[in-house]
Amino acid sequence: MHELSIALSMIEEIEEQAEKHGGVVEAVYVRIGVLSGIDAQALRFAYELACEGTPLAGSRLEIESVGLLVFCSGCARTHTPDPQHILCPRCLTPEQEILEGRELEVRALELTA
Amino acid sequence: MSASPQPRMVEVRARILKENDLLARQLRERYERAGVTVISFVSSPGSGKTAFLESLMARLSADWRIAALVGDLATENDAARLRRSCSQVKQIVTGTVCHLDAKMVGAALDEWKLDELDLLLIENVGNLVCPSSYDLGEAMRVVLLSVTEGEDKPLKYPTIFNTADVALLTKMDLAEAVEFDRAAALTNIQSVRPGMRVLEVSTKTGQGMDAVVALVAEQIRAVRREPQPA
Repeated sequence: MHELSIALSMIEEIEEQAEKHGGVVEAVYVRIGVLSGIDAQALRFAYELACEGTPLAGSRLEIESVGLLVFCSGCARTHTPDPQHILCPRCLTPEQEILEGRELEVRALELTA
Repeated sequence: MSASPQPRMVEVRARILKENDLLARQLRERYERAGVTVISFVSSPGSGKTAFLESLMARLSADWRIAALVGDLATENDAARLRRSCSQVKQIVTGTVCHLDAKMVGAALDEWKLDELDLLLIENVGNLVCPSSYDLGEAMRVVLLSVTEGEDKPLKYPTIFNTADVALLTKMDLAEAVEFDRAAALTNIQSVRPGMRVLEVSTKTGQGMDAVVALVAEQIRAVRREPQPA
């Protein structure tokens, strides 16, 4: 499990942004792709643990899961497979470009002055 | 008491691993300047990474200058094994950390002169989950799957297979004994990483090792801008 490492990197980023914008962090909105290698539940646990004793303690973590969006060169259109079946079911071409699903980002912060 | 202030939303849109990604980009530039090919290896514990690297380095060391970095939670055992086939080996002991990151790799490389190397091999910590998130600046990531692990590993760990460039099926000498379903394994790999090149190897019998050596040599020549043999 590397969610604790991820939570620590996240907290660094949040603190930097909170300082820039000013205010107390009430909630953190993150986007986690299904192919990011991160488990939402483990991240939530790690985040709470890592926030203890910091100004972020008690902040809400809102996790948005991002599904796969893949462009198939064979069909020249996008499809939304699950991570176990990325091969295009229609044309079977191996040329598949992953457009969404690898996200690992802090999207927004909810701040009070 | 004043009324509680109204919360406001601030768009951030920041990649959580931006620091690692930045360091990885700097590493990649450093490798390119030095003309060194960097290949990393990921797999579950016990899939045969170290044995494979021993065999690979023994086959490449006559023609190329090689170094290896080995990541493990504890012990220097793997580095000691690899030193038998290559003099420049460094162990990164990660302690409780389950993966290598760009910072650890950068720090480990500080004492080495990269421009005196042709090939740097990085053996990641045995783990099919965590290493997938961390770019090490490598030119090629190789995932190993041993025939004793089960054909459905790619479906269980799609992320690591999806971030890899080449898959190796290892311990092929045991395939028959464990009734390895080769077709199912290949189908599963293509299902999570369409188009991925797959090589089948055995360090015990030497099966497939020539193909790996050819692939690595091709990569080294491309980085050094040398002509490929006809």
